[in-house]
Amino acid sequence: MNPRFRLALEEAVLPPFVALVVALVAGDLLIITYGQAPGTVWRVLLEGTWGNAYGFGQVLYKATTLTCTGLAVAVSLRAGLFNIGAEGQLAAGGFGAAFAGLTLPSGTPALIAVPLCVLAALLAGGAVGSVPGVLRAKFGAHEVIVTIMLNFIVLALLNYVVSSRLHVPETLHTPEIRSGTVPRLANLIGAFHGSAANWTIVVVVLAVVAVDWLLFRTRAGYELRAVGLQPPAAEYAGVRVGATWLRALTLSGALAGLGGVNFVLGYKSYYEDGFTGGAGFLGIAVALVGRNHPVGVVLAALFFATLSQGGLAINAMVPKQIVEVLQGIVIIAVATAVPEVRRVLRNAVARRTRGDIAT
Amino acid sequence: MSVLLFLAQTIRIAIPYLFAAAGGALAERAGIVSLTLEGFMLGGAFGAVLGAHYTGSAWIGLVVGIWWGLMFGAVHAVASIRFKADQIVVGVAINLFAVGITRFFLQLAFGSSSNSPRITGFDSSAGGSAALLANPLVWLGLLVMPALNFVIGRTRFGLRVRAVGEHPQAAASVGVPVNRVRYAAVLASGALAALGGVYLALDQHQFTDSMTAGRGFIALAAVIFGRWHPLRAGLACLLFAGAETLQIQLQTAQLIPSQFVAMIPYALTIVAVAGVVGRSTPPAALGRGAE
Repeated sequence: MNPRFRLALEEAVLPPFVALVVALVAGDLLIITYGQAPGTVWRVLLEGTWGNAYGFGQVLYKATTLTCTGLAVAVSLRAGLFNIGAEGQLAAGGFGAAFAGLTLPSGTPALIAVPLCVLAALLAGGAVGSVPGVLRAKFGAHEVIVTIMLNFIVLALLNYVVSSRLHVPETLHTPEIRSGTVPRLANLIGAFHGSAANWTIVVVVLAVVAVDWLLFRTRAGYELRAVGLQPPAAEYAGVRVGATWLRALTLSGALAGLGGVNFVLGYKSYYEDGFTGGAGFLGIAVALVGRNHPVGVVLAALFFATLSQGGLAINAMVPKQIVEVLQGIVIIAVATAVPEVRRVLRNAVARRTRGDIAT
Repeated sequence: MSVLLFLAQTIRIAIPYLFAAAGGALAERAGIVSLTLEGFMLGGAFGAVLGAHYTGSAWIGLVVGIWWGLMFGAVHAVASIRFKADQIVVGVAINLFAVGITRFFLQLAFGSSSNSPRITGFDSSAGGSAALLANPLVWLGLLVMPALNFVIGRTRFGLRVRAVGEHPQAAASVGVPVNRVRYAAVLASGALAALGGVYLALDQHQFTDSMTAGRGFIALAAVIFGRWHPLRAGLACLLFAGAETLQIQLQTAQLIPSQFVAMIPYALTIVAVAGVVGRSTPPAALGRGAE
């Protein structure tokens, strides 16, 4: 194997494994604090997720949303920007899909209605994402601050619209949409019965393939990554940095918005205030653990979805909040392991090459 | 509505913001990103309830709350300074971790997923505005920004904080122990922000799940809106708290939907960083590790 490729692969893959070990040890300690046997709890967690069709369906459902928000964060990071606004963009996307579904006449055939609703989700998320893009490109406003603040603004705005304009009385959700819903996977594979897994997963897999292709096989993706690595150098080479930032953040927002389809069109058939439940913030963890690579993002999304669904499975033995603690620990562990692993590996390579010269 | 009542209510809302914003301003001036304020506050609130519940003393609660803040600060500091981890990621993780760990121990210590039993606070027998004056944390909160302003602007430690936040290499070249100064700043920021949580918990006489409810981010907004200057950040805290008070007082009138008032701090902060009126510029080395 090409040694440089091998180094890059090790740098990418090692930190998540370090984090996994740290999380397992921390999890053991917490489980023991609660007076339970770690081995049993972990086994129940796995059986409740990958061990039966319902649990697995729930994992797939949760991973679908997390893949979207993870991809969103990963695309922005590839462009050297940190989109912390996936939470708000996800909510906006869900609202866009619901709004489109409510607006379409009830007889609209699914072949037209579903793509329109998905498009509405992409547009709504993309619109929210474009705000930090414009402010960054035009005024140099730091996208981290803008996206954090925008989360609160978007969520408050949606809360206002839903609670005072569009809700079903006594609830915080919109009426059910009449057209544009996506069927559950259980319609085809009976074993998934009861789980929320739905055909949105196909759309999201296509999105993963498209993002991979865009990032690594197209000129636009090359420019995006060049801007992410070294903006002045990219500019010198003729890339329009500001425009690339705007494109990257808009695409990032659209991808997060796509996640809203999973809940709104595929699960509940309505937009509900607070449906995001932190999936946008968890997207940061997914991108980090997935090392900003589309394939890694999918694997990381499955991992975090397993944790989150597994929390419900073990709730009778240990409070399910243990998974939130573990999520935090995994993120901190990966974030600290990334620079550390790079230092250790590069020092080792440097020593080896020095040795080669000496002999 | 009397002016006095308005003032008292504003101060009551502003105290947690003032503590957290002081912590945020200190850490950020030392070059460490402070997305962690929300988590620090939550940790402080939970620590205070643990301490006050088991000893029956608000003062012990205060100490335990600060201890929790220091612990969270230590995690942030070690990850960001020793390991040079991405400070934004660590911040997000600490907030997530704080929500999880407080819920976990809430379940473990009190067997509840929503709130702790009632605890004692600092309030005296006097009710209303007078109780506010009897609370030592109120006085501390009102003094924290002027004090921080003095520390950052007039002391040797403050000069070092500014130096490591603007140009760590230059600071190191004249013998400033960059990492030590940053450790001190982040630990102090954990303790300060935790005090905001301590105040909340003692004021409400209990811990409730995720009780900080975004206050750490309003404090961060105040720091940015105040352009990383302690006194201006303090004024921003009072401004945001005043807007909230107004909204609560006018709630019955239904002039503006509450959601729009809630947006004010965030919208003002975006305007401030976009630089429409007097650009808000962060410390030069914010978020960058020292080599």
